[in-house]
Amino acid sequence: MDEIWNGFWQALELIVTLNPVVMEITIRSLSISLASVILASLIDIPLGGLIEFREFRGKRALLNLIQTLYSLPTVTVGLLVFLLLSRSGPLGGLNLLFSPAGMALGQTVLITPIMIGLTVSALRGVSPQIRDTARSLGASEWQLIATVIKEARHAVIAAVLLGFGRAISEVGVAMMVGGNIRGHTRVLTTAIALETSKGNLELSIALGIILLSISLLINLALSRFQG
Amino acid sequence: MPFLEVKKVSYSRGLVQMLKDVSLQADRGQVLAVIGPTGSGKTTLLRLIDLLEVPDSGSILLQGRDLARASERERQGARRRMAMVFQKPVMFRSTVAENVSYGLKIRGIGRKDLVKEALQEVGLSGYEARVATTLSGGEMQRTALARAMVTGPEVLLLDEPTANLDPNTAAIIDDLISALARQGAAVIMATHNMQQAEKLADQVAVLVKGRIVDQGSPDLIFSGKGMTANPPW
Repeated sequence: MDEIWNGFWQALELIVTLNPVVMEITIRSLSISLASVILASLIDIPLGGLIEFREFRGKRALLNLIQTLYSLPTVTVGLLVFLLLSRSGPLGGLNLLFSPAGMALGQTVLITPIMIGLTVSALRGVSPQIRDTARSLGASEWQLIATVIKEARHAVIAAVLLGFGRAISEVGVAMMVGGNIRGHTRVLTTAIALETSKGNLELSIALGIILLSISLLINLALSRFQG
Repeated sequence: MPFLEVKKVSYSRGLVQMLKDVSLQADRGQVLAVIGPTGSGKTTLLRLIDLLEVPDSGSILLQGRDLARASERERQGARRRMAMVFQKPVMFRSTVAENVSYGLKIRGIGRKDLVKEALQEVGLSGYEARVATTLSGGEMQRTALARAMVTGPEVLLLDEPTANLDPNTAAIIDDLISALARQGAAVIMATHNMQQAEKLADQVAVLVKGRIVDQGSPDLIFSGKGMTANPPW
């Protein structure tokens, strides 16, 4: 027990003194997850709009599949993206394996189902009368989608925040696609796993507290947008 | 050729026949009142004219062009020449000014003066910065009317336009409806308020259980000479 308390106090010291290693890992984690959530938002929000607004065969099956993929194991996505980005893979020429950009791409794939699914749910929550009003006033299909997304903005922002939360807290993609290289692809989750296995509890706890604080901030922001 | 013509339109929702062989005409500069009891199909008829629904059969002609089964692009183009105010209008989650300017914005028109003018006409000057979703029912109705008329529609569809309003405001809106018709709009108004129909309409169509049972001038319909001298509701 003493060891844990010692670790905890040393961890706080590392945070308060803005330890360069802790800061560097935190900033990298935030940047990679932020990049992935921006990329995912650009793709998934319009895609969610299209799925919601277009009628096509297999729509229900597609939505079921998307919802099933919410709980996609991160190591499975890690493996898939690893195979895609490896030298012999279809995207091997991009040289993204073991790079922060590759990790961001992997996290984008990981959070895409949850972001599309939650966007569809958010848009479905907008009153049908809003759609009628926009159409009646002459909105084109894209203007209608934009209007409904704007009406559902709080729920859409909540979807983005949840996507960010899943991205920053995942370990499978970061480990397999990033490789946990010190000073290059080491992020909060992979560093915690590594430092714990090395017995560096104070650093692990410090990084854990930061990760938990980020989650808390995301939750606070979520309750603001949902409330 | 009438400016707008509904020709033998039938429409059903599921197994329920909402409208059966409905035909009517509307011209610019005139008010056509569609009267009938609740559930007679007035709102459905307005939604079909506004091209928000596709009829099972029949035509909806705007200047002779049938839009009932036209491409979505053409229907959207035609919708830009019309505007509809719903019985219980909904507001976008933004200010009154942004609500009223919606139709202008999507047409790429940035005229704040038109928004101000429209709000003035419905008696809501100074409401620009108010959050539209916090307005009272009557204020929402007036904002919706301003939002519809700001683009200068050629066809204005009004579903019970004064149902939520107090008598004074209703009188202002009645005058505004007449003025819009005088300015050249074809106004089609669904109402169950006989006095309003008699006061404003140039033509009256009586809709009962999805069928037009009588049509003519208000004098004819309300004088006792028409088929509905004793309305069947």
